[in-house]
Amino acid sequence: MEALRAKARELLESRTVQVVVGHEQGSVPGRPRPVFVRKIEDVDRLVAGEGGTINLAVYLLKPEVQALGRPALVADPAALRTVLQLASENQIRDGALVALALDDGRLTELKDLAAIEAFVAERPAGLPAEDQQRIAEIEAMSREDRWTWWLEQFSRCLKCYACRAACPMCYCPRCVVECNQPQWVPAAAHPRGNLEWHLCRAMHLAGRCVGCGACARACPVGIPLDLLTQVLARQIEADFGVRAGTRAKADYVLASFRTTDKEDFIR
Amino acid sequence: MADGFEPRLTAFVCNWCTYAGADLTGTSRIRYAPNVRIIRFPCTGRIDFMLILKAFEQGADGVIVSGCHPGDCHYTAGNYHARRRWMVFRRLLDFVGIDVERVQFAWVSAAEGAKWAQLVNEVTEKIRALGPLEEFRRLPMPGVQPIEVM
Repeated sequence: MEALRAKARELLESRTVQVVVGHEQGSVPGRPRPVFVRKIEDVDRLVAGEGGTINLAVYLLKPEVQALGRPALVADPAALRTVLQLASENQIRDGALVALALDDGRLTELKDLAAIEAFVAERPAGLPAEDQQRIAEIEAMSREDRWTWWLEQFSRCLKCYACRAACPMCYCPRCVVECNQPQWVPAAAHPRGNLEWHLCRAMHLAGRCVGCGACARACPVGIPLDLLTQVLARQIEADFGVRAGTRAKADYVLASFRTTDKEDFIR
Repeated sequence: MADGFEPRLTAFVCNWCTYAGADLTGTSRIRYAPNVRIIRFPCTGRIDFMLILKAFEQGADGVIVSGCHPGDCHYTAGNYHARRRWMVFRRLLDFVGIDVERVQFAWVSAAEGAKWAQLVNEVTEKIRALGPLEEFRRLPMPGVQPIEVM
């Protein structure tokens, strides 16, 4: 933590960056909250961020954060994968930020995308064992039970769109759910619209989700909606050999193709 | 339950191959199941997954999605893109427990009028065996009663 504060102070003093995006102590112990450190005297508010629920990379594309100037992002491996995926989608320029990578309490300064790529490559993101087990449990159910189980989960959805707000990949200035001509996803929270929203969200994140899990942590009613994107990410890796958030230059998997793509269901 | 049940199929087809193929079925005077409503798209690449969901929501018991064979796309690569999307979408449908047999994908060229007739007949029989898709229709909307199917 001292190394983090010293590095943040150094970056702000040398005017390499204008803002450090990190975590500070929240009002509940063990639940740090995001902080945007712009003044050197505020540097001591930074904490390591264990127990934080937010993927800090979500702030990188917010206009009000971009207006603060060049950022340093205190980043865990998931946030670094997010930065790479955003770069591959042409949302972040090389050198637009300094990443302060925190992994197992050790601080590494990553100045460009190539450095982030190398750092992430050493820490491949697998599906957490807990998620793997939950997916296996769902897949072991009969089809009818899966449907009932998911409907039960979705029935709690309030359509608050906290999942969307927490997701760093949901950066469209106008989301499909705000379109009303035609209205693809009904605005009210009811079973049919909830189902459509969650399927729609999963499809729009297919091949883009880096698996940070921020959506499920943000969900106020505890829908395990990251499982939907995780299962698609796993499938896409198996079918197309691509994993989101590993390279700063990559074609979007659903906007590219190989003539040799193999399926077994088209007659 | 399935007594008197006639499946309602929605077919999303591409303008250049399958729509012309279905036209050929007609001009060849081939009889096939009248259960299908055909919707013409510029290309299979245009067929958004939301359209398939909306078809189910509005009462389709099954959906056929069809276009040019790989390599024959009028726009060079629309069907390759669509193929990837369907591979992912099918996985998602299966994971949330929607019967993937209700969405049937096919390549039907403009010269394959007979294949189109056979496809529609086969899918109609398959959906007839599966019965009406009530799962979607039973999902309530505000202010709207669930549709009672005879």
